Amino acid sequence: MSIEVLRAGILTTVQDLGRHGMQQFGVPVGGAMDAYSLQVANLLLGNDATAAGVEVTLAGAHFSFDTDTLIAICGGDLAPTVGDKRLPMRRPIWIAGGSTLVFRLGVTGARAYIAFAGGLDVPEVLGSRSTYVRAAIGGVDGRALRSGDRLECLFTQEKRFESLKNAATFSRDGFSAPLWSVHTNARQFSRKPQSVRFVAGRHWESLTPAARQAFVSGQFRVGAASDRMGYRLEGVRLDGGDRCSVDSEAVTFGTIQLPPDGKPIVLMADRQTIGGYPRLGEVASVDLSLLAQLQPGDALSFSKISLAKAQQLLHLQNRALAQIRDSIGRRLAQ
Amino acid sequence: MDFDSTALRFSPLGDRALLLELGRAVEPAAIDRVRALADFLREQQFPGILDLVPALRTIGVHYDPQFWLDETGRYSPYELLVGEIRKRLPELDSLSAHDGRLVEVPVCYDEAFGEDLLPFAREKSLSPEQLVEIHCAPIYTVYMLGFAPGFVYLGGLDERLVAPRRDTPRANVAAGSVAIANHYCGIYPAELPGGWHILGRTPLCLFDLSRDPPSRFSAGDRIKFVPVSAVQFGEIENASS
Repeated sequence: MSIEVLRAGILTTVQDLGRHGMQQFGVPVGGAMDAYSLQVANLLLGNDATAAGVEVTLAGAHFSFDTDTLIAICGGDLAPTVGDKRLPMRRPIWIAGGSTLVFRLGVTGARAYIAFAGGLDVPEVLGSRSTYVRAAIGGVDGRALRSGDRLECLFTQEKRFESLKNAATFSRDGFSAPLWSVHTNARQFSRKPQSVRFVAGRHWESLTPAARQAFVSGQFRVGAASDRMGYRLEGVRLDGGDRCSVDSEAVTFGTIQLPPDGKPIVLMADRQTIGGYPRLGEVASVDLSLLAQLQPGDALSFSKISLAKAQQLLHLQNRALAQIRDSIGRRLAQ
Repeated sequence: MDFDSTALRFSPLGDRALLLELGRAVEPAAIDRVRALADFLREQQFPGILDLVPALRTIGVHYDPQFWLDETGRYSPYELLVGEIRKRLPELDSLSAHDGRLVEVPVCYDEAFGEDLLPFAREKSLSPEQLVEIHCAPIYTVYMLGFAPGFVYLGGLDERLVAPRRDTPRANVAAGSVAIANHYCGIYPAELPGGWHILGRTPLCLFDLSRDPPSRFSAGDRIKFVPVSAVQFGEIENASS
């Protein structure tokens, strides 16, 4: 069985939860921009949360399935359709062999995640299947997917959601899905402007009170030159980017840098391992999913929370993921 | 080794990482301290550590906070991990870094490979030969890796060669390019954009996914540049491919 890429769309890549342990050699972590949504999609199928899936950006990706295939789609709603029918999000779905899945356009959010039962079978490179296009590492030949690529799954456990599979075979729609779905933060993607929480970083106190105030009270827009590496924020210029000189040091997913031009940059999945700009702080991990779903032009603002609060929120999110895993496990056991 | 434990500072780097900072000034000894501390952290195998990222005088510690939960709810994962590192940390004086390897790196300084050699020499009022001699004289130390997979920041550049980056970065710098900017010398592991002054090129492959580790150099390794001719460059390149 295989999935063929008919059209690759704007940017479609194989991603998992990233490449760890290699940052000491300058290798970025990479991985899904909205790792939370990829995890939920995987858990819906009984996969490990770390299984590789596909990240679809904005619009235009088409896939065809030659055999019945169990998938789940989470993250941004990019109007996934089979035939003329919209596919439900956040549910396991059996796609009947011979069907074509099309992502038409972004309704809410910027990135959709397709998980496949068993996970995608591309070679593990330095411990991950994530595609890091800049250095041609991982995924399919280190590059974004293109038309003609064929994807295989690692394990096809035909027993999963068997009753749905039979329904798909006989459905005129070409797919079948249960009536239930899992509760996630997806509804928030459509709320604009977004409020993003952050934890103050080590240079926060060295900034002028005016710059600190401007950062938390101002409204920003995601700049046009934003990508998987980082988001450039426009709208408010902050002074002080040239005030403290900083030796290059480790950065992370969500680090908010302040370059000399005064326009903050939020580092995203494909960020470099170290950075030499002063930093305002780091976006709370639980809000990285929201950030990953913003498109260029979308508005956002920032509110400061304590580190303890951010870690507590992350703990609650991890507990929610564990609950999804357990409840799907029970359904699979039935 | 001259450690001052009071100079060790922790600060959060968001909710899944922290920075350990040693001292204030960047000095040759600092890189050894950072490396000794990174070695210690690696050996201790603290649960949930995903990445250790040594830099000039800091170490980034990326961790999974799920491994550092306090049942009583009194302490955050950050506080628990910092507490545990502090508890296990011996007298800093007793830590020593493993010896970095000394590696000879052949470099061809011909104009075809070192685009900026002549203008840079002119700017510094040096002959091209003097520039090459000054650049090859020191034994450099790999301070850190970053910017791109396998890109090494080398410390030990002669003060006479210190210069800011080029005003206009190049869109493409060839793999193997040996270049300088500010107080550093660097080697491009792949074709990349870059604003450093390119003095020459090495035929060695710096980053190879089929090797373990994929990077030819690690922090702490020492490098001696050896000038080679364009013919030798080709021979070494062919022999290693």
